[in-house]
Amino acid sequence: MTTETSSRSMGGAARRPMIELRGVTKTYPGGQTAVNNLSLDIDRGAITVLVGPSGCGKTTTMRMINRMVEPTSGAVLVDGEDIADRKASDLRRSMGYVMQSSGLMPHRTVLDNIATVPRLNGVPRKDARTRASELLEVVGLAPDLGRRYPAQLSGGQQQRVGVARALAADPPILLMDEPFSAVDPVVRQELQEELLRLQRDMAKTIVFVTHDIDEATILGDKVAVLNIGGVLAQYATPEEILRAPASDFVAGFVGRDRGFRHLSFQEGEGVRIHSIQTIEVDRLGDPDAAVTSPWTLAVDAGGRPQGWVPQNRRSAIRSAGDLVPGGSLYRRGDTLRRALDAALSAPSGLGVAVDDEGRVVGSVRAGEILELIEDARVSRGRANYNTAV
Amino acid sequence: MEWFLANIDFIAGLTGQHLIQSVVPLVLAVVLAVPLAQLARLNRTVGAVILTLSSILYTIPSLAMFVFLPLLLGTSIISPVNVIVALTIYAVALLVRSTLDALESIDDGVRQAAVAMGFTPVRRFLTVDFPLSIPVLFAGLRVISVTNISLVSVGALIGVSSLGTLFTDGLFRSFPTEIAVGILITLVLALVMDLVLVALERLVTPWRRQAPAKGSTPETVAVEAYRVGA
Ligand SMILES: Nc1ncnc2c1ncn2[C@@H]1O[C@H](COP(=O)(O)OP(=O)(O)OP(=O)(O)O)[C@@H](O)[C@H]1O
Ligand SMILES: [Mg+2]
Repeated sequence: MTTETSSRSMGGAARRPMIELRGVTKTYPGGQTAVNNLSLDIDRGAITVLVGPSGCGKTTTMRMINRMVEPTSGAVLVDGEDIADRKASDLRRSMGYVMQSSGLMPHRTVLDNIATVPRLNGVPRKDARTRASELLEVVGLAPDLGRRYPAQLSGGQQQRVGVARALAADPPILLMDEPFSAVDPVVRQELQEELLRLQRDMAKTIVFVTHDIDEATILGDKVAVLNIGGVLAQYATPEEILRAPASDFVAGFVGRDRGFRHLSFQEGEGVRIHSIQTIEVDRLGDPDAAVTSPWTLAVDAGGRPQGWVPQNRRSAIRSAGDLVPGGSLYRRGDTLRRALDAALSAPSGLGVAVDDEGRVVGSVRAGEILELIEDARVSRGRANYNTAV
Repeated sequence: MEWFLANIDFIAGLTGQHLIQSVVPLVLAVVLAVPLAQLARLNRTVGAVILTLSSILYTIPSLAMFVFLPLLLGTSIISPVNVIVALTIYAVALLVRSTLDALESIDDGVRQAAVAMGFTPVRRFLTVDFPLSIPVLFAGLRVISVTNISLVSVGALIGVSSLGTLFTDGLFRSFPTEIAVGILITLVLALVMDLVLVALERLVTPWRRQAPAKGSTPETVAVEAYRVGA
């Protein structure tokens, strides 16, 4: 008790973990131990991802934070206070919850769904609805969707509404249980980016459950890898988990591509940008506009890439529709993973590098990127070796 | 036709009584069956008792019930109260089961979400579980409404006045017109009641009126399953 007061008076409260799991165990009636003696500090204002194979106790762990599941032993502290002492319904209203199936109330309009928790807290209907329509915009939905019922929305829209609903009472904590796993990959990526964008402004304490290691590394400030039986296998930054898995289990779980995934954390600073031949799309129809290199990049008037012109088929390409489609783009400053992907996905073997406005600045080459990766790996290996000795 | 016009006041009176005897049990049944169903859901043992009792009560013939109830209630044998109580018992017996099914078929995700958002149990029942079981409730009510309207006539056999009085009276006097009028009005009454219930259901379940926008989201599938189940 004394230490707690002193740490507070020293301004420690701000740095104290928002959520602390203290030796938490959950054994369900029937003898299934879902979580085993788990201790975890969840940082304030950060995204902590719980990841692990199906049935490893992720949902159970998350639900012990809002008392939907009561631990068999151990304690959960929020803001330093044991949540067992708090009224369950009050505690839950202070935490937004988003789940895999949107869980929206089918009999309430989108607006009223979003307004649910403020209404439970006694906010007048009109105010709650006003706030709800603001949130609709925050999560990127058109205002007129507010009058619809959930069944009239697509899966992705429903998940957005689910996020808006969780945010409505402006809770300091968000619990998200596989919120994006029921939508297609394109929408999922959109939602992930959206969440990161929102989090930059909100700085909520987010606990995010997923079984997708990619999602975990994209979103997490910290990632907790759980093994079957609810045993903590590793708790670290995503970068560290990919670079130095703590056990064979973690290594196996992050998968064979982890070396490649790890490139996401390597800045593409040193990547050389070569000049590139371009031709304006408007001039494609002009037979005199010859191309002199095997692959020439067609750009629009603003200098943005449109597609490729192979030299040997120049005469067949007369307009933008005839171009060979390009690959992914490498924005200056992106990670090595993006750079390599741009180079490998381009039909010409030349990755297109663009500036922040999307204008072409040159090309990057796979061979050179691989050399950079190799150099970085070797020097890191040497560093590791030195610390080990 | 002349007979009908000459006796219009008498017939209107009987229709009114008939209506009261069939509608009051309907209302009472909702008030009783919904809490009973919730009780049955919360406690398995209580649930088993309620359901068994419902099945047993439902098998008692209506005439026997009409004759037996005055002994139990101390009412006069020709009192409409007997009919109302008897029909309420049948209606509750039928409605408890379907309401229980309705409550149990509510999407688990919706229920979990309600818990996670911090609904208290009472509030959750009133604002989530109950509204979502309304469609099934109405399906039950429509069946009961038709049944009631025909069963009320049986009461005329023991002297409770209703449209059934037209049958007993017509039979007694060998006057087919009276019987025909009785049948016709009963049919019209059943039809009107059904339309009223359909309209009422539409009114209180606005979310089921809207056509889903895109494809089959899990919700539309659930709602469809709901309709089929109903
Ligand atoms: N209410 C319950 N009663 C009994 N056992 C349960 C209950 N809920 C979960 N379990 C068991 O506890 C273990 C952990 O379940 P939990 O739902 O926490 O896993 P999870 O990591 O969220 O899995 P998934 O990725 O499939 O969602 C599982 O073996 C599960 O069968
Ligand atoms: Mg789960």
